[in-house]
Amino acid sequence: MAKQYETVIGLEVHVELATKTKIFCGCSTAFGGAPNTHTCPVCTGMPGSLPVLNRQVVNAAMAVGLATNCTITQYCKFDRKNYFYPDNPQNYQISQLYLPICRNGHVDIETSEGKKSVGIHEIHMEEDAGKLIHDEWEDCSLVDYNRSGVPLIEIVSEPDMRSAEEVIAYLEKLRMIVQYLGASDCKLNEGSMRADVNLSVREVGAETFGTRTEMKNLNSFRAITHAIEGERERQIELLESGQQVTQETRRWDEAKEYSYAMRSKEDAQDYRYFPDPDLPPIYISDEWIAQIRDSQPEFREEKMARYKTEFDIPEYDIGIITDSKHLADLFEETVAICGQPKKVSNWLMGETLRLLKEKGMDPEEICFSPENLAKLIGLVDSKAVNSTVAKEVFEVMFAEDMDPEKYVEEKGLKTVNDEGALRKAVEEVIRANPQSVADYRGGKEKAIGFLVGQTMKAMRGKADPGTVNKVLKELL
Amino acid sequence: MDILAYSAVELSAAIKQGKVTAVDAMAAVLSRIDERERDINAYVTMDREQALKAAAAVQEKIEKGELNGVLAGVPVAVKDNLCTEGMRTTCSSKILENFVPTFSAEAVVNLEKAGAVVIGKTNMDEFAMGSTTETSAYGVTRNPWNTDHVPGGSSGGSAAAVAAGECYFALGSDTGGSIRQPASFCGVVGLKPTYGTVSRYGLVAYGSSLDQIGPLTKNVADCAAVLEVIASHDVKDATSINRKEENKDTDFTAALVDDVKGMKIGIPRDYFGEGLDGEVKDAVLAAARQLAAKGAVVEEFDLSLVAYAIPAYYTIAAAEASSNLERFDGIKYGYRAASFEGLHDMYKKTRSEGFGAEVKRRIMLGSFVLSSGYYDAYYLKALKVKAMIKNAFDDAFAKYDLILGPVAPTTAPRLGESLSDPLKMYLGDIYTISVNLAGLPAISLPCGKDSKGLPIGLQLIADSFQEKKLIQAAYTYEKQ
Amino acid sequence: MANVITDETIEYVGILAKLALSEEEKEQAKADMGRMLDYIDKLAELDTTGIEPMSHVLPVQNVFREDVVTNGDESEKTLKNAPGEKDNMFMVPKTFE
Repeated sequence: MAKQYETVIGLEVHVELATKTKIFCGCSTAFGGAPNTHTCPVCTGMPGSLPVLNRQVVNAAMAVGLATNCTITQYCKFDRKNYFYPDNPQNYQISQLYLPICRNGHVDIETSEGKKSVGIHEIHMEEDAGKLIHDEWEDCSLVDYNRSGVPLIEIVSEPDMRSAEEVIAYLEKLRMIVQYLGASDCKLNEGSMRADVNLSVREVGAETFGTRTEMKNLNSFRAITHAIEGERERQIELLESGQQVTQETRRWDEAKEYSYAMRSKEDAQDYRYFPDPDLPPIYISDEWIAQIRDSQPEFREEKMARYKTEFDIPEYDIGIITDSKHLADLFEETVAICGQPKKVSNWLMGETLRLLKEKGMDPEEICFSPENLAKLIGLVDSKAVNSTVAKEVFEVMFAEDMDPEKYVEEKGLKTVNDEGALRKAVEEVIRANPQSVADYRGGKEKAIGFLVGQTMKAMRGKADPGTVNKVLKELL
Repeated sequence: MDILAYSAVELSAAIKQGKVTAVDAMAAVLSRIDERERDINAYVTMDREQALKAAAAVQEKIEKGELNGVLAGVPVAVKDNLCTEGMRTTCSSKILENFVPTFSAEAVVNLEKAGAVVIGKTNMDEFAMGSTTETSAYGVTRNPWNTDHVPGGSSGGSAAAVAAGECYFALGSDTGGSIRQPASFCGVVGLKPTYGTVSRYGLVAYGSSLDQIGPLTKNVADCAAVLEVIASHDVKDATSINRKEENKDTDFTAALVDDVKGMKIGIPRDYFGEGLDGEVKDAVLAAARQLAAKGAVVEEFDLSLVAYAIPAYYTIAAAEASSNLERFDGIKYGYRAASFEGLHDMYKKTRSEGFGAEVKRRIMLGSFVLSSGYYDAYYLKALKVKAMIKNAFDDAFAKYDLILGPVAPTTAPRLGESLSDPLKMYLGDIYTISVNLAGLPAISLPCGKDSKGLPIGLQLIADSFQEKKLIQAAYTYEKQ
Repeated sequence: MANVITDETIEYVGILAKLALSEEEKEQAKADMGRMLDYIDKLAELDTTGIEPMSHVLPVQNVFREDVVTNGDESEKTLKNAPGEKDNMFMVPKTFE
């Protein structure tokens, strides 16, 4: 009988923190600047420059640690990780090895096999590297240090996961927590969340772990899933053919669905960590921890429970809305203004999701304000616009967040409540469509639909269909 | 009076009184440099035109009453490991032969704010690694008292410049004695402040946990005045201490008092054992007797662990240096090898060609003691010994206000004598090194000459933040 | 000499420190490092049980910056000393295969 293998997976997840400035200098962390425009002597490793820690990074790291049930290391330090690479301007990265800020946490995930707890070994703070671009023309590489020194936290899990499904559930859970904290936008494709997969296989029932490999360059859930499957197969094949798995770092190529070892004789992988003498230790008092704990937001589970009792909306909708912190905030803030949870939910679940899907956007990218959504709901309630017009207005609001009241006014989209004008239009439609009128009068009730449509067209959509119906019946 | 005979403080007073101008002083210094530099080679980089222009600008401000500090108008020499905006900063290394900083070190900024005028950059042991200024890539500096001898190091250029009148005072840096030892060899005053007193921002790091910037001056009064100007709490240096607000103890010139009555001075027996030159020993003990005659209570005691300071120091300093010097890779600034094949070859060629032998020796040692399998046995062990050494000093300062001893076991050796045996050179740091490990302040001041006419230095060590005690005792000794 | 530094060790340290030594330099480095380590071994004589390693000598802690942008576009200064530059970036030998 063929041997049965179990996959053992641990993750190292890097999250770029959404601070305004870098971890050790006053340079902006904003995306998209021209090369090296967000740099200074500190983040480019100029001789004589020194790092000074951004307080907000400590706050954010602690917040994530507390939300993942970690113990805060009240006396923590930074260490230097020494390795030469052009994206690393000092040729050492300031990180934490000996006393990381958070340890011994866990998060609960749900998979098709039920609930499971994934242990968090530690969370540490560190600086990001710069960006290397290959220059085909000169056959060289170019370095841009705009990202150098952007604060990261690295969340290191225990080897508690056994399948790609669990890995994805764990990542989704982390992303949700970090997004709810506002600590990062956690976009895999933009690199603000990056996962390295440590994977080994062993025979089912084995006591000890097999030799693991570390896989890098995984930019999507799809890539993670493929890489896990591919690496599991590769390792099993090695073992089945009597070979050994080598402990190494491998780079995943999603296009080729293949990973290759990133080995070089110049990479000793001996980082010579030691405490950074330029950065005094951090002492985190009980008061400081309490302060961060007190300012934690309501997380998804609590939110879902509250929505169930507070709002009369379907459980499915609650699931979708709370799946994004931004969507949930938008929902709550709009409801606070207009007091109509059902209608707000309908707009979010209907038109909003439709447009997000159509444009391939994340809920985090929604730009319209709760005030404007509430105004639009008000316009529909007061019958100032009909639902068709409201949808058109919404589409514009989704794109550019304008004030729907002003927009409707300016574009003359308000429903015409002038009975005289409507009557005139109806009379004209009756005159122009004798056949339909005859059909209706002859008992074909459905014929009135065509006449309503013609009237709406004549009114350029700005009539209330109910009123049109009523007037038509009167005049027929 | 000969304009070059003024001390820094006297010169500034004379400028304010209109007796001389800052431009006169700079011109006098430059002509002295013309006379002596061929023999001494104290400077690596100078810009005469710029120095005279800056002196003229300062003179104008003094006349307008915009500058009235104690150093206004005084020409200063700056060690070449302190960044100076727009002026080449080489650390006496080939790897930084063309490096022009875009900002100035905080200590230099403070001096310039006070009206001091930078003459140029002084020679040093490459990256401050050495005790003779012979490891410089830009030639050796010679001792003004006898040019067959070294000036000491690593701030040898700064000490020689002060001794030769090629500046009124200088800045140096001290990682294991690099201010005090050359001050001793050149017969000038040198002070290493408490760690964190002078911002390290803009000091090209050697051993970050040990490095401090300090003054080299003609006398104790200048030393106090310069220290008062360069000591500052700098938010750009996380290890900088806010002394002004917390202790109000940075009014160093207030300690220029001729009185040591009742001051308790301990002499460590361990500092007077084997290896100490007889003439140095006699001069230092004579100085102790003179302080006792002035009313100080002087006694011998046992400061333990002295023999362990050097191995602990070289482990820690080499480890930090190996990391601090990684940034010199031919990518962002400085030297890049002319030909190479690929990235790693470029790193290796650039660094092997750019660094001198002593720097490479320490980088390799530092990389080794941090490497996998050796960290605990070497680096961590050294950090524990450092803690023990600090404790030994704490015990001593529970009993004494000051510790008195020699600066170096001998006077300045002849050129070429030390480099042949690195370990022997390292042993010469035995009296200065533990001060850096413990972060303490210490001063070196002249206390006579040996039979060859070479200066001998007296070292006073105080507890953290007690520079004023050092200055008071040094001033009192100098006065007698 | 108690510590004998092998060719492999010197080679390895050369990879870590990015230094390529000539044969002559290698022999010298082996001897120097061996002697220094013999000397450093003196530390082993001390009983350091229970002693906390001291990386920072003064009891300074919690030194922070506030999260406020203070730096503007300094790219010109950043690149001023670059041995190789193109399109406002540092030019380096290619890093991808």
